Amino acid sequence: MSAEGHDHGHDHEHEHHHKDTFITKYIFSIDHKMIAKQYLLTGIIMGVIGVGMSMLFRMQLAWPEESFKIFNILLGDKFAPNGVMANDIYLALVTIHGTIMVFFVLTAGLSGTFSNLLIPLQIGARDMASGFMNMISYWLFFLSSVIMVCSLFVEAGPASAGWTIYPPLSALPQAIPGSGMGMTLWLVSMAIFIASSLMGSLNYVVTVINLRTKGMSMTRLPLTIWAFFVTAIIGIVSFPVLLSAALLLIFDRSFGTSFFLSDIYIAGEVLHYQGGSPVLFEHLFWFLGHPEVYIVLLPALGITSEVIATNSRKPIFGYRAMIMSILAIAFLSTIVWGHHMFISGMNPFLGSVFTFTTLLIAIPSAVKAFNYITTLWKGNLQLNPAMLFSIGLVSTFITGGLTGIILGDSTLDINVHDTYFVVAHFHLVMGISALYGMFAGIYHWFPKMYGRMLNKNLGYVHFWVTAVCAYGVFFPMHFIGLAGLPRRYYTNTNFPLFDDLQNVNVLITTFALIGGAFQLVFLYNFFSSIFYGKRTVQNPWKSNTLEWTAPVEHIHGNWPGEIPEVHRWPYDYSNPAHDVDFVPQNVPMKEGEEVLHH
Amino acid sequence: MTSLLVIIVLVLLAVALWQLTKIFDLTQVGSNSDSSQVATDNDNNVQGYLMFGFLAFIYIFTIYGLFKWSPLVLHTPASEHGALVDNLMNITWVLIFIVQAITQVLLHYFAFKYRGKKDQKALYFADNNKLEAIWSVIPAVVLAGLILYGLYAWTNIMFVDEEEDTVVIELYAQQFNWKARYSGNDNVLGKANVRFIEGANSVGVDLSDPYSQDDIVVTELHIPKGKKVHFKMRSQDVLHSAYMPHFRAQMNCVPGMVTEFAFTPIYTTAEYRELPFMVEKVAKINTLRAKKSTELVAKGETALDPYTFDYLLLCNKICGASHYNMQMKIIVDTPEDYKKWLSDKATLVQEVKTANAPAPVEGGTGKDSTSTKDTAAVAKIAMK
Repeated sequence: MSAEGHDHGHDHEHEHHHKDTFITKYIFSIDHKMIAKQYLLTGIIMGVIGVGMSMLFRMQLAWPEESFKIFNILLGDKFAPNGVMANDIYLALVTIHGTIMVFFVLTAGLSGTFSNLLIPLQIGARDMASGFMNMISYWLFFLSSVIMVCSLFVEAGPASAGWTIYPPLSALPQAIPGSGMGMTLWLVSMAIFIASSLMGSLNYVVTVINLRTKGMSMTRLPLTIWAFFVTAIIGIVSFPVLLSAALLLIFDRSFGTSFFLSDIYIAGEVLHYQGGSPVLFEHLFWFLGHPEVYIVLLPALGITSEVIATNSRKPIFGYRAMIMSILAIAFLSTIVWGHHMFISGMNPFLGSVFTFTTLLIAIPSAVKAFNYITTLWKGNLQLNPAMLFSIGLVSTFITGGLTGIILGDSTLDINVHDTYFVVAHFHLVMGISALYGMFAGIYHWFPKMYGRMLNKNLGYVHFWVTAVCAYGVFFPMHFIGLAGLPRRYYTNTNFPLFDDLQNVNVLITTFALIGGAFQLVFLYNFFSSIFYGKRTVQNPWKSNTLEWTAPVEHIHGNWPGEIPEVHRWPYDYSNPAHDVDFVPQNVPMKEGEEVLHH
Repeated sequence: MTSLLVIIVLVLLAVALWQLTKIFDLTQVGSNSDSSQVATDNDNNVQGYLMFGFLAFIYIFTIYGLFKWSPLVLHTPASEHGALVDNLMNITWVLIFIVQAITQVLLHYFAFKYRGKKDQKALYFADNNKLEAIWSVIPAVVLAGLILYGLYAWTNIMFVDEEEDTVVIELYAQQFNWKARYSGNDNVLGKANVRFIEGANSVGVDLSDPYSQDDIVVTELHIPKGKKVHFKMRSQDVLHSAYMPHFRAQMNCVPGMVTEFAFTPIYTTAEYRELPFMVEKVAKINTLRAKKSTELVAKGETALDPYTFDYLLLCNKICGASHYNMQMKIIVDTPEDYKKWLSDKATLVQEVKTANAPAPVEGGTGKDSTSTKDTAAVAKIAMK
């Protein structure tokens, strides 16, 4: 197996060495490292749009219906006449913010970047199983991003039915203007996105199963690879269901079928739909929607495992327990979707079942959290920016995860469902945590991607301001949720009952604006370091995994000569049998050296 | 405008920070090696202390929040099952705070305590079955308890005994308002479907159904204290959600199906207004409103009305551009007042008759006027 991969890689190298044009190298590249960078760059651009939108609607929430010149500049006279944000564009901003952040940034931007970069490099393969399919996968993602961005400019406005696009609201332009062309483009974009994601996932799974180098057994894989591998499987299982939901919705919208629609009277007339159910859509949507949370989160946790172990100079604690908990989370994630639907009108008995399965997820999650903390214990922590983001991830993962015990309990969900409490919960546990994972990955593997280092001091500033602002935004948000304030309200000035929450909203927005502005520090650091950063040494973090045995300069096939052979697990940090505090995976076992872990 | 200034200031601040780091880099020119961007002992030390500081920040912020914002959250439940919900909620909160307090301390304290030093060697500690068993079993046991309590409460709340003596009321949702249909003396709602909507029959009741003869449609919800109210929910257009936070009650309204939720109110509106926490809350809100009013008057706008508490039914599922203003007042009466209020109301059949009687054309106009109104609303939204 490895010999084959090796020869194949060599062929590649010779074949391509001389005819690398600008187009084959930077645009239609089939090299996984270039594709990873393409994913990252697209993800960052989409991230700027997504985060920027949240700044706008946070301003509206803190200072409702006040005039801001920036609204008028960005949204135009139609959606922000005299600088006052209109109520339908508010919903559009919320919708597109959610869509972009969940799918385009934290699925494609995070998983797409690091699965592509690290799978071949860390398992010791020349490239992905199918470089061509990998390229198609990226370009479909790019196409879907372009369509999503284009949808912002259609006349009636972009999709505005929430990122969950529940019909009938998303199906009927009479119900909300964004459900016209805006929603059509949203659906087309997402269908293409799903195709892209499936191609990527299939590639990751096949590559991990087939192209591991000699000695790289499944139980010697770094936890990053385990996380990407399992994430890809979850994606393959659940994304097609969203595709079918999107297709059926397209049928309902365009061809008059009634999968999700029934008995509707709107704009003065009865529509012909009969016999469909919006609840069916909710089931299909959340069958992807919940696993999606783990598609976003597991890669971030995988990156964290690697970064924490390397920077603690210690083995990750409970390697096998970590794998088991990844598998347990993956399995459970496919049978908990109903906790988004406790009060959807489905049979309450189902509520009981989903409460049970949902709360079980807390067990593997607790194991992971405690294992991270134990890994820090008695370590020799190298507090690089990547490490700070990883520790930050564990912190927000715990804080956000704990409130999941409330939301996963159907009884308690009744009163906090769809309030700001939910917004606070999921932003901490998957939004912020996954973003931290992504930042950790970028700071850690930037040298691998660009051959240069990110500036650490800018990294420190970036982390600390972000960390304070993340809590500053989402901690107070729990309280306004518990006060009963529904999410997706353009303003709550029509409810004097909520007047005493306004000060909190101002505080939240202030933190959000500061936190958002400081992402510019990161952007500056990222783009300037690509060109002017300090050149890196081959293994700057003194890490054990195989990607650091490859030369700094990128070459097709990753390693100039033979692919390294693996002799040990990836976490031999501070192994008492060795003098140095790291022993890369390709270092043979010493004579008489024992395996010190299970 | 101010916030734009704030953003500009922040950007400048960021630039200043960057300048500082550049200067910092220049001071290290001597050690301008390739590893200069890897954390040094000095960095570890500074960042370790910052980690400790961050722990303090989390704690202080949490405690501050608990004092400052706890009074904002929903207080005494106004329904019978509400106490069960709140009790489970409080137990869960205690657990959450214990776990949160312990884990955050360990995480950040370890990050501080074991910050890297040149001659420090990490402990090779790869696994320990006993420890891992502990933190798998303890959460499992605790969660088992929570699950059991939760399921007990959920079953109690959600399964309505059809035999039970309840008041049956339909909640009818449409963009962007609520209506309520009372089942009348027979306590059975007449059949309904949006296809029956015509003129005054705005919620689509089948007027030929004998059960619908005594049905009453209103736009303000009155319910009797101490009696179980069984809500049946419908929607005519898109998903809505009937959210009654003070009663710890919520259920989606789904076009094409009937959903239900039942609860027993235990405080009349008047009683709930008199609860000490509510008196305090309303006073606080009115202070805020008075302040705002002074500002508004100064700008030549009208002052805000002072606020008196009322129970509310809010829409809590995104339903269109005016989702943020879809509400209905709920009034909990004593059983006597409730009866009196209801007895004044005309039945839907009577209303339809009056609408049609004087001039039969009116019925037609009635229908037209609703539809023009709706179209106008949509057109207005589209125009924005």
